[in-house]
Amino acid sequence: MAGVIIVTGSPGKPAADADADCLWNAIARPRGPVTDHGMSEPVLVVDRLHRMFGESVALENLSFSLSRGEVVGLLGANGAGKTTAMSIILGLTTATSGSVSIFGMDPLKNRIAVLRRTNYASAYTDLPGNLSVAQNLRVFAGIYGVKKPVPKIHELLEMLEIAHLKDRTTGHLSAGESTRLHLCKALLNDPELLLLDEPTASLDPDIADKVRKILRRIQQERGIAILYTSHNMRDIEEVCDRVIFMHQGKVVTEGSPAQVISRFNETSMEDVFIRIVRDGDLEAVGK
Amino acid sequence: MSPGVIQALVLRHLYLYRRNPIRLVELLFWPIMEMMVWGNLSVWLDKSKGGAQIPTFIPYLIGGVILWDVLFRAQQAVAISFLEDVWTKNLVNILVAPVRPLEYVISGCIVGLLRIGVTVIVLSILAASAFHFNVLQFHWNLVPFFGLLMLFGWTLGLISSALILRWGQGAESLAWAVPFLIQPVAAVYYPIGDLPWWAQTLGWLLPCTPVFEGMRGVLSHGTADLRLLGLSVVSNLVWMAFGAGIYLYVLNAGRRNGTLTRVTSH
Repeated sequence: MAGVIIVTGSPGKPAADADADCLWNAIARPRGPVTDHGMSEPVLVVDRLHRMFGESVALENLSFSLSRGEVVGLLGANGAGKTTAMSIILGLTTATSGSVSIFGMDPLKNRIAVLRRTNYASAYTDLPGNLSVAQNLRVFAGIYGVKKPVPKIHELLEMLEIAHLKDRTTGHLSAGESTRLHLCKALLNDPELLLLDEPTASLDPDIADKVRKILRRIQQERGIAILYTSHNMRDIEEVCDRVIFMHQGKVVTEGSPAQVISRFNETSMEDVFIRIVRDGDLEAVGK
Repeated sequence: MSPGVIQALVLRHLYLYRRNPIRLVELLFWPIMEMMVWGNLSVWLDKSKGGAQIPTFIPYLIGGVILWDVLFRAQQAVAISFLEDVWTKNLVNILVAPVRPLEYVISGCIVGLLRIGVTVIVLSILAASAFHFNVLQFHWNLVPFFGLLMLFGWTLGLISSALILRWGQGAESLAWAVPFLIQPVAAVYYPIGDLPWWAQTLGWLLPCTPVFEGMRGVLSHGTADLRLLGLSVVSNLVWMAFGAGIYLYVLNAGRRNGTLTRVTSH
């Protein structure tokens, strides 16, 4: 089962059709990571996650797993359910039904143990703008219990090419610099699971390209499992081993970027994205 | 509980003061202004009474100002520490980090303790030099007075944070308003016996009222009524349990109904 995509309610098939799902999933198996980091071990298992907000369904029967060293992109238009899924995984909100397992533990019952090995960066959160870059990182190094914070912070600032900004007030950073600072913070504890919510949003193409390369390098060197949401299809094609397309809370399709593109007979992920958002229904697959 | 996490969260607030010394001015400005207004008022009242046999107002009002500031600063430290994270959109980083709610609250309390230390020292020096009021006349009673007021301030801070967590930034004015909601019945500057019966009933439900009554007892006859301090201890424990319960309830309800993500992302 390790490394296999588990999708309940895969396109065009009833959710209960487990055998058919397995077959479909086997076909849709992701391309492996470049390096061997024990891919067989699932880091994150999301099982039939369902979330209602009043009468509206934000998430319907979402299931997938993420293995060590794998990068999975969670895609979809605004309101597709990506942020809700990520919020449930992070424990910011609870599921109406279904379960999440991280490192084999229930994150609601083992919150601290799970969060020590996990980290998160988002384009929509900030670090305190009135502290310097180094101060912010020192605070979070303390929170994550980093053993030798000074060399660790230095190493990350160098890696993300913002060492010269260490004394700059965080609120004065450009969007690109701020994104790289968020990544520094997200890598402080050498996470085994990294959740990235649109990390390249509002970045210019040059910086976005640098961030993608850095992410890919980190992922290959350290074998981190990464769950990635983005509207930038270039990001997805370059960074993700596998993508899960969501629309109105449901999984529409998934597989490697190349598989998804060929399944839709399109030439790019961007075209697939537009087609799913405009056509919108599960039947879109295989048209 | 991890001391390292608490230390890191406290460090975050200390960095704020180091980087922005204007915050130190803000820390001292309002207490000093309040002390000057009440001090001058009580001096005028003393001068106006002529030879009448009524007690001097200065120690009661100045004592009330200093002790009220302890409660207010403690409440502010917890509530404003929380608001700082909401304002800077940092709250989500804290909520998805290995930080226990208790560690977060304790760090706010420690920041409060440091702020109180600074303001009380400055106010005491000002009271002694400008109004000949020596805060040390309370002797060892100062310890339970300060301790009990700090505990209640922290509890009010926790309740204020819970309200912001529930209703978002729209409720942030409550961070300032909550202490003043209780001030009229808390008998800070006047004896509770002079309030209407219903206000007295409300006042005795607060852990701070017995402290202010105790303060007046020390000023009038040199000793604090231990029963009053005992009442404040019991009342504080009940309020702390209520404050912690409401905070955890709102936090967990926010996770269930999705309001937590709204507060953390706006």
